[in-house]
Amino acid sequence: MTTGELALHQAHAVPPRGWLRWLTTTNHKDIGTMYLVFSLAMFFVGGLMILLVRAELFRPGLQLMEPELFNQLIGVHALVMIFMALMPAATGFANWMIPLMIGAPDMALPRLNNWSFWLLPPAATLLLMPFVLALFGVGTGAVGTGWTLYAPLSVQDGMGMDFAIFAIHLLGISSVMGSINIIVTILNLRAPGMTLMKLPLFAWGWLLTAFMLVAVIPVLAGAVTMLLTDRHFGTHFFNAGGGGDPILFQHLFWFFGHPEVYIVLFPVWGFTPHILSAFARKPVYGYRAQVYAFWVIGVLSVIVWGHHIMTSGLSTAGLLYFMYSTMAISLPLSVLFFCWIATLWRGAMTFEAPMLFALGMIVLFGVGGLTGLVLADAAADAQYHHSYFVVAHFHYTLFAGGIMGIMAGAYFWLPKMTGHLYSEKLAQWHFWLTAVAFNLTFLPQFFLGLAGMPRRIPDYALQFADFNWVSSVGAFFLGAAQLLFLVNVVKCIRGGPPAGDKPWEGAQGLEWTLPSPPPRHTFQTRPVGE
Amino acid sequence: MSDESYYVPHSSPYPAALAGALFLLVLGFILRINGHGVGIGFMAAGGAAAIYVVARWFGSVVAETQGGVFHPWEDRSFRWGMAWFIASEVMFFAAFFGTLFYLRNISVPALEQTELLWPGYQGGWPTSGPAGQPFTPMAAWGVPALNTLILLSSGVTVTWAHWGLLKNRRNQLIAGLALTVALGLAFLGFQAYEYRHAYTELGLTLGAGVYGATFFMLTGFHGLHVTIGAVALSAILGRAVKGHFTPEDHFGFEGAAWYWHFVDVVWLMLFVFVYWL
Repeated sequence: MTTGELALHQAHAVPPRGWLRWLTTTNHKDIGTMYLVFSLAMFFVGGLMILLVRAELFRPGLQLMEPELFNQLIGVHALVMIFMALMPAATGFANWMIPLMIGAPDMALPRLNNWSFWLLPPAATLLLMPFVLALFGVGTGAVGTGWTLYAPLSVQDGMGMDFAIFAIHLLGISSVMGSINIIVTILNLRAPGMTLMKLPLFAWGWLLTAFMLVAVIPVLAGAVTMLLTDRHFGTHFFNAGGGGDPILFQHLFWFFGHPEVYIVLFPVWGFTPHILSAFARKPVYGYRAQVYAFWVIGVLSVIVWGHHIMTSGLSTAGLLYFMYSTMAISLPLSVLFFCWIATLWRGAMTFEAPMLFALGMIVLFGVGGLTGLVLADAAADAQYHHSYFVVAHFHYTLFAGGIMGIMAGAYFWLPKMTGHLYSEKLAQWHFWLTAVAFNLTFLPQFFLGLAGMPRRIPDYALQFADFNWVSSVGAFFLGAAQLLFLVNVVKCIRGGPPAGDKPWEGAQGLEWTLPSPPPRHTFQTRPVGE
Repeated sequence: MSDESYYVPHSSPYPAALAGALFLLVLGFILRINGHGVGIGFMAAGGAAAIYVVARWFGSVVAETQGGVFHPWEDRSFRWGMAWFIASEVMFFAAFFGTLFYLRNISVPALEQTELLWPGYQGGWPTSGPAGQPFTPMAAWGVPALNTLILLSSGVTVTWAHWGLLKNRRNQLIAGLALTVALGLAFLGFQAYEYRHAYTELGLTLGAGVYGATFFMLTGFHGLHVTIGAVALSAILGRAVKGHFTPEDHFGFEGAAWYWHFVDVVWLMLFVFVYWL
């Protein structure tokens, strides 16, 4: 076969039909869809787990479950939501949209892309399998240490811990390979004329996300590997008897764990200005400032981890360093907030679902950010650490900032991806129910934390009963509201009014010049640069 | 043509198959270390499947390369991809080096000063900790120094092979690659000897406190990477013998050579911080 024939053969190769198409695909849109569907499924799995937890916390005392199961549910909820709902959703959008936005024919390394996705279902299976095995009398259930896997508890935990370690390894390989793909795509496959400083902000947000993932995921892999050898092969990394230190695990974990927050949020902050600009019908304000802010936050993110372990016995100098460096992050973050608000300023705004979710994200994530400053204060943190104040804080960042941001992106791009308009009425209900139920769930938790209720405990003192009752009711409403999203997505995929190339009047960018849905292969020849 | 259209491979069964094989492999390993003998079977099946799939996957990429479907545009993707993969590997080793520095400079001195826990613990480095057994640390200037020499020489021979490739001297390419692989295998042989020596004569084991743990994890993961690099270079050697690669176009060679140099640099860090200082 000559070169020309081979190329022709490839271009006209018909993809396999049925499930084989999805198993073997190298198409960025197929893979993006798989990421998004997987993410949505795991969002409900993680949500169901935490509803069991909230049901247990509905009133004091132990009603529904043993404390061991409670511990397993909260830890696996966190791992599922972070690694299998939030991160794959962001990667799904990256797969779908970055090639369209930058005029690339596909992702740079399409087979690697497929591998990155297909590592996720095995990882999810590994993480959840111990729940099932325990039913058959094998092992004691899933990982029971909380998602932070702190030693020495994680060294002593049952077989579920080993499943979690290897689930994290597979998830890590998936993330690093996905990140490499995104970096290479952005660096090598841009349309002519699209310089880095003309890159859409979503691509910039993801580029920095990918840099952070390449930097910190391997450290997490190293940390859980040491955990594994401490558990089974006689090492003493986290055991003082051999000269080791359990605090070492906390350092390694949070070296990964803090950047992880920005890993989840940068993709969202990347497309937030796209949405604000579209619905305010104004150009993005402060493009350069936002790019520089991403860089500053990205660099700072890997040197501030100590604020998660301020009560673990850091030296005073260490406390001061981590306190001030953490607070320094609020400066570039304020730049982002300022640019978002300035983009809206005097705009001809309309409030469709993507805009509502983006605004909800900004306001509620703002609460998460400001309470983060409270926790960053070393003296105050001594009081708030390991209380429900922390739980409320990070749900304001990761649910309001992460999930609500992802919802904004989903509504923004659903018409582009499916070719159909979603039901705006249902989406408006989804937003308002989510916003109200979210605050009903998590606002009381700030007060519970201030009053001293510790997190990760299945039972609590009587004085916490009222706020917990409210929080649990809110959680069930919050979960139910997400079913509206599921219904809307399914309806939108199955049909609906045609979306047209550009369903949003004010939307800017290369992706809106393409048909909706875009053809299976886009930009097979390079688009002409501006 | 090269800057007009980008080669997007058609559907491939290998990525998903590799994910499945890895699932079986790690599932078997988890079962095995928790005392379920059935795990061995899963491990064998998963491991064999993974090796087969990787060989087929790389084989298909080599066939495409030889079929001439790749151009400078795709070539740049492979280069960036390999460079960022090595960057992630650097961070993996950074975790273990960071652990070594933390244990040596923070946690052992802290234990030494904490009178309550283990009164009379002397600390210092190397140490197997307050509850550890005595052992003899690995001396730097015996086998490890020899291994340093071997790996540095292999860095030279792989560069010599590259020069041969660039000047289209095929014999120099093949001889250089063969020498590099041979030096890599010699390195692994000496390391196996060293491990045996440590376990049987020095009392230096994985369980010998934080010194043993960091020693074996750092040198062990390095050895694993030398093995991967040697396998990659052997494959490149086989392709060179079959007449693959041209002076202009030989990313496969360069990717393996970059990896080899990376492994080399890690070893130098190991020699200084694990064996010598």
